[in-house]
Amino acid sequence: MINRRHFMKGGLAASTIGALGLSKKSEAADFAGYPDSMGVLVDLSRCIGCRSCEAACNSEQQLPPPEKPFNDFSVFEELRHGQKRRPDENTYTVVNSYDPPALDHPLFRKIQCNHCLEPACLTSCFVNAYTKTPEGAVIYNPDVCVGCRNCMIACPFYIPAFRYSSAFQPRIMKCVFCHDTRLREGKPPACVESCPVEALTFGRRTDLLAMGKQRIRQNPESYVNHIYGEHEAGGTAWMYLSPAPFEQAGFDTTVPNEPILNYVKDFLSFVPMVLMIWPALFAGFHLLAKRKNDNTSAATQDNEE
Amino acid sequence: MDISIQYKTSVPIVSHVKPDGTAWTLKEKLWLGMPFQDYKRLALKNPVNWVLLAIFAVGIPLLLMRYLGGLDTVTNSSDDYPWGVFLGFGLFGMVPLSASGFLLGTTVEIFDRRDFLPIERLALLNGLLGYFFAVVYLLIDVGMPWRIYYPMIISLGPAAVLFLVAWHVATYLSVQIAEVSSAFFEWIGWLKAKRFIKAITLGLTIAGIILSTLHQGALGALFNYAPTKVHPLWFSASYNWIHFFCSAIFAGLSMVIVSSTICKHFLRWRCDTRFLGSVDDLTIKLGKGCAYAMITYLVIKMIGVAHDNDWAYLFTGWGQYFLLELGVGVFLPMLLFAFGVKHRSANLVRFAAFNAVLGIIWNRLNVALICFNWRMYQEIPRWQELWITLTILAVYFVVYRFILYRLPILYQWQGQR
Repeated sequence: MINRRHFMKGGLAASTIGALGLSKKSEAADFAGYPDSMGVLVDLSRCIGCRSCEAACNSEQQLPPPEKPFNDFSVFEELRHGQKRRPDENTYTVVNSYDPPALDHPLFRKIQCNHCLEPACLTSCFVNAYTKTPEGAVIYNPDVCVGCRNCMIACPFYIPAFRYSSAFQPRIMKCVFCHDTRLREGKPPACVESCPVEALTFGRRTDLLAMGKQRIRQNPESYVNHIYGEHEAGGTAWMYLSPAPFEQAGFDTTVPNEPILNYVKDFLSFVPMVLMIWPALFAGFHLLAKRKNDNTSAATQDNEE
Repeated sequence: MDISIQYKTSVPIVSHVKPDGTAWTLKEKLWLGMPFQDYKRLALKNPVNWVLLAIFAVGIPLLLMRYLGGLDTVTNSSDDYPWGVFLGFGLFGMVPLSASGFLLGTTVEIFDRRDFLPIERLALLNGLLGYFFAVVYLLIDVGMPWRIYYPMIISLGPAAVLFLVAWHVATYLSVQIAEVSSAFFEWIGWLKAKRFIKAITLGLTIAGIILSTLHQGALGALFNYAPTKVHPLWFSASYNWIHFFCSAIFAGLSMVIVSSTICKHFLRWRCDTRFLGSVDDLTIKLGKGCAYAMITYLVIKMIGVAHDNDWAYLFTGWGQYFLLELGVGVFLPMLLFAFGVKHRSANLVRFAAFNAVLGIIWNRLNVALICFNWRMYQEIPRWQELWITLTILAVYFVVYRFILYRLPILYQWQGQR
């Protein structure tokens, strides 16, 4: 038969172990984004697919030299597993070419980290390797990263890439908005500066939104009435204007309008309940089951006597 | 290998004392009471060991390649499919199969069902090893395994679901080591330590329930981070964690049935009459639990479809695949369980359990790999990746067998306990 002392001891052990798992402080719960953060507006109707931004990024971020030079436009035809190019461990940004049926010319789209206001990579990281800076960049700290690649699962834009080729210095590779070398000093990222046709506009995100809406208002027939990134994934610092429906330019239009974090909040809010209720509930079950069994065996003994 | 016939007098070891009255030394216990030469001879005679050796002969060089050359020497190193077979099978598949520990712990210690005692330790060991090897798979898959403790002390990301998984799996691993250690303490004869574990058993068990509920569910919630990537039929923001938790119940129970079946047939010399006498009856009782868990699971799977209004997908190719998975992986074994229980056929229940174990692995691979990126291409794992997965599974088997040969899991320790 269980005695009080053993029961208390057991309960204490349970609470200690339970408390070790207590960890549910959600710092990102009310995060509404930094008010003065910067962003970039990409106007697909202006982009000519010259790949200057790719070259500028490569040299600014000291990435390995590309397989094909940046003035080789055959890369637009490259397909891997039927997919167009994407940022990888050697490339932070790529430009792809699309052929929307309603247009008589190809449409070029630059892909890089969109620097979400509430980044999925950041909220899924169990070692806090990601930081959203007040300037608007989502940066990554390779010194604490364990290489679990949950951020790659979480990113709805398929941006973070992993340096699989290294056994001893693997890390996530992704666009950092030139945070350390430029953004922090208020300068635009290298790709924006290199753009010869002002397809990329750098500025405060709020100003860029107003600018984008103005362009749509002034030329309603030249644009789809939507700024991709205003709301997608809870809003992103990099936003896009397009003359053709966004899905025809390779955008995923099923990305939800709320931060990815919202999808795990239900589960996370369930955690404290389990931690509080389970010990009492199951200790109660135990006492009831024990008591019933003890009573039954006592009754049997009585009958035998 | 049937050692009992050749060594009728002293083997298998069931107590501290030899038939002649002197005590077994630790070394003798390790070699199962045989001279080392005999032990080696028997081991080499066993064809299973040769299969294992063949697996290791290829697998160990592959593992070295992975650690010296990087993940891309053995995997597809895909940026689109960051999680491959190591996690899809090793973590997401092994963990539900290891729910056995907390389930039987709860049955015996919380609900005071002493009739399950003969199989409790097997369930606890199955749980411990399953978790341990899930962590081993993790250590192969993560890029910087030498930083595996970082989320514990170096840099905390407490708002992440994976943080919860890491902490709970680590804590639960310690809980399970404590739970299984009483068998070890009996075996080496340290009764004081065993008494201490016994005194905190209730606490350990309740901790096990808490940690299991949360991290089994959390593995499902990990996919909540990918609402646009997992096929809607395998994704439900509100129900992912419940689906994972509920299916872990019958997965864990089925795995104990599978494990006890293998022991009953191939490790008969190590089982005592208490185990052999009750295992059929217990199999049927566990099968009953499986059937109940499975009908619950099927209902909430349908609620998941209804809640997100995914009915239209059922009429696509993906929908047929979804129904095939539920039909062959869950519905069929559920019927077999129910039929086996009704007609008291332990062997039918055993067949159902094998089916259910494969079904749950299939489900986890679907969520993590096959139905992931469903609008993109399908990733096909490289053979090296599969072979490494098999190699770790073989190590798991060797360790499992090593412990069952020795510790009082399938038999009761004679003398002081």
